[in-house]
Amino acid sequence: MWQGMFSVFVLFGLWQAAGALRVGGIGDIPTPVDVARALVDATQTSRYWSSWAISGERVAIGFLAGTLIGVPVALALGMNRTLRGIVFPVMETLRPVPPLAWVPLSILFWPTLELSIIFVIFLGAFFSVALNVLGGVDAVDPSLLRAARSMGARPRHIFWMIVLPATIPAIVTGMALGMGLTWEIVIAAEMIAGKAGLGYLAWEGFVNGSLVSILVAMVSIGIGGFLSCGLIWVLGQRATPWQRKS
Amino acid sequence: MLQGSPRSETGGALSIRSVGKVYDPGGDHVVALEQFSLEIPSGQFCAVVGPSGCGKTTLLNMLAGFESPTSGEIVMDDEILAGAGKRLAPGADRMVVFQQGALFPWKTVLWNVTCGPVLQGRLSPDRAEADARAMLARVGLEGIEHQYPGELSAGMLRRVEIVRALLIEPKILLLDEPFRALDALTKSVMHECLLELYDLTRKTVFFVTHDLEEAIFLADRVVAMTARPGRIKKMIKVDLPRPRDYRIVSSERFGQLKREAVDAIYDEAKKAFEAGEREFA
Repeated sequence: MWQGMFSVFVLFGLWQAAGALRVGGIGDIPTPVDVARALVDATQTSRYWSSWAISGERVAIGFLAGTLIGVPVALALGMNRTLRGIVFPVMETLRPVPPLAWVPLSILFWPTLELSIIFVIFLGAFFSVALNVLGGVDAVDPSLLRAARSMGARPRHIFWMIVLPATIPAIVTGMALGMGLTWEIVIAAEMIAGKAGLGYLAWEGFVNGSLVSILVAMVSIGIGGFLSCGLIWVLGQRATPWQRKS
Repeated sequence: MLQGSPRSETGGALSIRSVGKVYDPGGDHVVALEQFSLEIPSGQFCAVVGPSGCGKTTLLNMLAGFESPTSGEIVMDDEILAGAGKRLAPGADRMVVFQQGALFPWKTVLWNVTCGPVLQGRLSPDRAEADARAMLARVGLEGIEHQYPGELSAGMLRRVEIVRALLIEPKILLLDEPFRALDALTKSVMHECLLELYDLTRKTVFFVTHDLEEAIFLADRVVAMTARPGRIKKMIKVDLPRPRDYRIVSSERFGQLKREAVDAIYDEAKKAFEAGEREFA
């Protein structure tokens, strides 16, 4: 824990010193103290918080949709060979397309801008979750399956007793990775197509030539990603009490 | 229940009739077993030893119902388990204790050992729990009922797994090198523990190992197998009295039996080694 605090502190210290000493290009960038002051000022405005709310809502809806659809789809593909043979190639064809490449098509296809942004977020979360979960199902120890069959377990027992619990760590990993990706996507999508949100805030700072505003938005996005991913890891640990805490 | 239900006192006689197993018949055509026949009477502790890759684990997997024989048939108590035209399925009458362990990591010890009988609908959860606690206590494992497998030592895990297998009340217990990964000291404790449970329940036991001393110490009969393709090289009847404890290892009779077994298996181990056989497990 203290190592983390230390390295973050050093990072901000170097950044501050570079500003004070006007080192090269870094000297032109606002110092952490400037950014912190601007951030505090920003928190007094309702516009800042509504940006949070708008981006947060997009992330939440897109991410939850991606997870709620991705997990069952991946479990079904993992359990059923035929289904997997049919569906997996399609997934593998679509997966390499970066979610942001979907933005133009998404805008044309969905009736509202909001829906099109959420759809792109959904895609990012879905593939991240689904592929991790599928990998998790494949990695289930075959001895456990054999042991269960010897005990007379039926396929539905095997699913609930083994496949699902064995896959929880992979679900959590997929969700955490998906969450990180989701923030990347929402910011980029808001820069391209948004009228509000944290990504739009950064873009607006750029258009107005306000470096401080850009940095305030970047720091806010970082905090958002950190908190939401952290929440997933914590919940994930709660869901897997059998894994020894290190 | 520790005295064994009537079901376990009778039954569990195994008859393996000219069983053969060929992997990849169209391609590499690896003959794992050839014309293998063996009769194991009800309640006998039979150990199968052989060099790596002799097909002993294949044989066990076929008995368990995880793999089908290519030829021959396997019969238990006049019921054909596997054979030409009959696809076999795993069943609770043949419980396996796996080489690398197969307790469910996300369930407590108690859940792991009681899930079999409850799943089969044979015991109520309360009854299963009482039986489980009694048998766990018997092998020196009181107070770990609510721990997860990940919190136990290797020796404890093996004991829990054997208890789980016995509580399922199989007619035959299949053990696939269960003590392989243990250190020598833990291993000898496990041997005595297994023998105690065996003396108590008298199930038929099919024990696969490549450790001759272990085989002789535990079994009524040691079947030494040839290198691949696996056939029976020699059968050694172990006439050491039961109950056995570790002092018997230094007895003269034990030494004779061991020499006999070594003579039988040494050539085969050398053949397997020279053939560059890799571990077949």
